[in-house]
Parts: sequence; C-alpha cells; structure tokens
Amino acid sequence: MAPTLCAVCKTERANIKRPKNHARVCKGCFITLFEEEVHHTIISSKLFYPGERVAIGASGGKDSTVLASVLKTLNERYNYGVELVLLSIDEGIKGYRDDSLETVKRNAVQYDMPLKIVGYDELYGWTMDQVVETIGKKGNCTYCGVFRRQALDRGAKMLDIKHVVTGHNADDVAETILMNLLRGDMGRLARSTNIVTGDDSSDVKRSKPLKYAYEKEIVMYAHHKKLDYFSTECIYSPEAFRGSARALIKQLERIRPSAILDILRSGEDMARLVPGESASSCGCKGNKSKTPTTAAAEDDGGIGGCGSTGAAGGNEMAAMEKQLRENEAAEGQGLEVDVSKLSLTGKPAETETDGSVPLKPKANSKPVTRQTLGNCKRCGYMSSQEICQACTLLEGLNKNRAQIQI
Amino acid sequence: MSDPKDQTIDITVDFSGGLEILFSNEKHHELSVPAQDAEGKPANVGFLINYLCKTLMTDPRADLFVLGGELRPGILCLINDSDWELEEEDAYVLQPGDNILFISTLHGG
Repeated sequence: MAPTLCAVCKTERANIKRPKNHARVCKGCFITLFEEEVHHTIISSKLFYPGERVAIGASGGKDSTVLASVLKTLNERYNYGVELVLLSIDEGIKGYRDDSLETVKRNAVQYDMPLKIVGYDELYGWTMDQVVETIGKKGNCTYCGVFRRQALDRGAKMLDIKHVVTGHNADDVAETILMNLLRGDMGRLARSTNIVTGDDSSDVKRSKPLKYAYEKEIVMYAHHKKLDYFSTECIYSPEAFRGSARALIKQLERIRPSAILDILRSGEDMARLVPGESASSCGCKGNKSKTPTTAAAEDDGGIGGCGSTGAAGGNEMAAMEKQLRENEAAEGQGLEVDVSKLSLTGKPAETETDGSVPLKPKANSKPVTRQTLGNCKRCGYMSSQEICQACTLLEGLNKNRAQIQI
Repeated sequence: MSDPKDQTIDITVDFSGGLEILFSNEKHHELSVPAQDAEGKPANVGFLINYLCKTLMTDPRADLFVLGGELRPGILCLINDSDWELEEEDAYVLQPGDNILFISTLHGG
C-alpha cells in the first residue's frame, strides 16, 4: 500500500489521522495545526491580555506539560505579551506526586518559567497520605478535590496572579458533561461547558485553553515534540462514576471519533437552555463574551492529578454535599424556593457548600439568590459561607486526629 | 529450511504513558515473535497484542491493555511512528524491524 501523503503539505508522508475530521497529516503539519487551533481558541475567547501574568496549573502530566509548551510557543510566536508561571500543588502523596513534581521542576528549566509549589501540608496541615491514613481510601478524592481547588487559587494569590490556566482537554470536558447529564444536573452541565470560569468579582479566573483539543492529539503532540511528561495513576482509588464515563467516551471515540467534540457542542447548546447560563461555543461563532458565570472553583478540578483525569468535577462535590447536607439544610431551604434554579431542585446544599463564589446570574436576576462574597471566618479565604469547604473538611479531620491521639 | 511455524520476526515494542508498569516497568523491548499465528496466518498487530499479554506482561491487570481481545480504547498504537489508523490497525502484518509503540492516554499526571 503506497503511503498516504499529508493532506496539508502534500509532500510528506501522513502519519496522524485527526479524530475531529479524519484528516491525514504529517508530523510537522500536525504540530502546526494543533498550535494554530489552540491559538484560535485563545484569540476567539479573548483569554489573555498583554502584560497579564498567568499561572499554568502544572502537574507534570501530559495535559499541563503540553499546555505549558504550546503557550510558550504561541506567546513567542504571536506576542501575547503574557508572563507565564508554573504553579504546582503538592498533595503530599508519596510515590506519586513527589515523582511528578520532579518532572515539573525539569519543565521549569526546559521552558524557562518560574515555578511555585504549594503543599497541602503548609496550607492545611495535612498531606493526602495523612488524610487517607485517617479516613481511609474511600471518599478521599473529595478532600483532595476541595483542597486542590483552593490551593491553586491560594498559590495564584501568593504569586499575585489572577488567572490560572489548566490542562483540561476536550475528552475531560465531554466526560464532565456526560456525568452531569447522567446526574440530571443541568446547572453544572451548563457551567462545565464554559471555557472561562470565575469573573472580575472573584479573585482568580480559571480557563481551559485546551478545551477543544482531543486527548489523543495532546498525547501525539507530546510524543512528536518529545516532551518530558510524567504518567502514572494516583495511588488512591479513582472514582468509579468518572471512570465509567471516561471508558464510555473512549469507546464512543473508537467508533465515532467526532463524538467527543459533538458532546461538547451538545453541552454548549444545552447550556443555552438553562436559565441564567449562557455558555458559548467557540467565541468566533459570535455569542461570545458571556456573562461571567459560576464560581472559580466550582467546576474546575484544578491541575490534572486526581483520579483518572484530573478533572475533578462535580461528583466529588456531590459526595461532599451529601456529607454536609445535614448542617447546611437550614440554609438550603432558602434556595429551594427559587424556581429559576432548576438544577438545584432537591439539592439544597449545592451552592451552599461550595467553597467559593456562586455568582450564578439568574434569568430574572433576583438579588436574593445572589450570594455575597465574603471570607471564611477561619482561614480568611474567600467563601460564600461563614466557614469555607476546606475548613469544614479540616474540622472533621482534626477531630479525628484528636480522637486518635487520645 | 525450518518449519514455517517456528519462524520468528525481530521487532521492537515500546510502551509509554504509564503502560510500561504492566511490562516489568520497561519501556523498550526487543522481541522475536512468531511469524505466524495459530492458524498459520502471518502475524499481525492484533496477534501481537494478545501475544504480549501472554508472554511479556508481568502485571495481572491485562484489562488495562486489552478489552474483549482488542486494544483498550484510549491506548494509541503507532506503527513505525505512524498512527495505526493509517496502517489497517490490528490487521497490519508485522514486518522484520518494525517498531510498535503503545501509548496510554488514560493516565492523569
């Protein structure tokens, strides 16, 4: 069989089949296309402004490594004028995070970027190893997810940076959309489609420049650019529900590769039907610059690291909600009467237990449903509650530790 | 001339993206594999995948590599650095000197 020639340059031998459109392209053209598409996403969603300092949530894994590499390339090629910094979270998991942090340290040298590492131990007084020792493996992802979300924001604040980019890819977003669909959680589904979360009134904005990039292409890009990344699974058990959603997505991709971007498109279309939500698809199709929605921390899992994908999403929050429902029930009642909040039916604790700023614009924009951003009484970190999620979890942990010590 | 059943092909097989943990934590393997499958047909990549499970895998979790006798979705296969989707996938017949690379996309970081 004669080798197929690249559909772009028509001279080199094709060696990649693109999942989004079946185009057969050579390595060189693939790398250019991949970079140009990320550039397109950045420009059409107006992700950066000149002079902006941006922290890359870096885990040492493929997604954040590719993100760092592509952003460095594009920043130089197109003069974005942004200052890039690597921000890593050390959850304190021996044999997992300590190894991946070594990769991030090498990346800092390779990409000539400053690196800041913040540890759960310094922020919370607990490493994940100690958390698991205390509460067991079951449910530990909840703690890790809540802690990481806040840790990225806190790390950014330490650096005086207001924008954190994460390596979430199209597969991750499709997976989260599917999970929220399966849970019937349209509010979260809508928010999970946004490329930017957080807004001017929250301290730190989050964005996902690789939102439209296939995981397959991210791995191919890392392979052909010979990027140095770390891949191993978190040693603590990942969540079964996300794992199943992920397996389903991968199986669908095998049969119909465009399914992943199609799920994204469906998610974005459904988001427009949710009251108060206005998730847009790619900004260039019009419909851009939506009302800023949701909390910075709510749907983002932070850097890739938790469970199978790193996109720690709503179901840890759901588990958390369950845990906290009793003590939050009273406040929850108030929310339930708001009929415009379709997604919250029967889930009183949703925004209440969220550790940050549920600035969810309402269609009818009733001020009563808007929560005011305050600070956690305990740690002083921004929170919509008196005591933030992280502190609530810590309280439980510390009680346990006290019991064990006695 | 020896029995065609005993003939082998020399190839190299690489694992990355975390798959190497299933294969004694070695990324690079130089192998002599049977030139034919049990039915006497030339060995292809589909045969190789199952052969690797039987002979090279040191970890019991074979389902992290194969599902239903096929390469697990989410694992990429490159034949001589080309996407196997351009090379007839598992029907590709192994040639001496081939490099077959398996990269998992399934692991976080």
